[in-house]
Amino acid sequence: MKKLFPLAAIFLLFTQPLLSQAPKYEMAQLMRSDGRIYVVIAVMLAILAGLILYLIRLDRKIAKMENLK
Amino acid sequence: MKKHWWKILTVLLLVYTFIAGLLGPVPRLPLLQETIRNLYFHVCMWFAMMILFMVSVVHSIRYLNTLKPELDRAARLYAGTGILFGLLGYGTGAIWASFTWADPNIPILDSFSTIARDPKLIGAAVALLVYAAYMILRDSINDIDKRARISAVYNIFAFVLLFPAIWILPRVLPSLHPGNDGNPALDVKNDISADMRMVFYPAVLGWTLLGVWITQLKIRLQVLVDKKLGL
Repeated sequence: MKKLFPLAAIFLLFTQPLLSQAPKYEMAQLMRSDGRIYVVIAVMLAILAGLILYLIRLDRKIAKMENLK
Repeated sequence: MKKHWWKILTVLLLVYTFIAGLLGPVPRLPLLQETIRNLYFHVCMWFAMMILFMVSVVHSIRYLNTLKPELDRAARLYAGTGILFGLLGYGTGAIWASFTWADPNIPILDSFSTIARDPKLIGAAVALLVYAAYMILRDSINDIDKRARISAVYNIFAFVLLFPAIWILPRVLPSLHPGNDGNPALDVKNDISADMRMVFYPAVLGWTLLGVWITQLKIRLQVLVDKKLGL
């Protein structure tokens, strides 16, 4: 498996020109407009959601421990 | 669910901060450009830190009045969360400064030596170190009552030191950091634009409530641990 990584890396280098040939037209979709700031918002909201869910889980766990007594 | 309403408010305010903070209209200022949106994140860290330290010192004063151990516990944990927010404020400020204050034409280390001399940065570092000393002082005293009393008194000193370190000295000395004249971010007439205020104040509240939430969890956990230890 480990031997495959350099190979995969070299292969990835060849995909570089594909990326530079990105479509020249603007795709009229929400996530692809306005300099794609919505993508950043989605990422940041995902992180926030993860942190909040973590806090809620901690909250529940501690509440459960409190009720044990 | 009744006692959880403020946690829901926290989530709503933070979601609003992230969306409105990135999409809302902002004034175009030279140098700052879009980075002015960091106001909703970097500055809020410091506001949350100040409020958490304030809550901490109120608990310390109440402890000295009543000698109830749970007040001392709350004071310590609020100060801890305050330090966390202060460190986040420092880190975010370092990133922001390196793309606005630093001169791109000279090596980053050369501009670092001028940036690091900024009185606001030194003041904030002093304030955080004073609070770090609070933690060290606490943990170095074994006697529980003595620890609570000495650290409560020290907490008051630490809070008083915040005044010169982050509110007075940086405004007297020349600084690159904005917010030197008057009442930064709270001056309705001359400071940040109305659009930004609509996001900034809810953001401060949201981040502060997040700090309170984290601290509440830590307090409840500490109560359980103390119970197990028979304290």
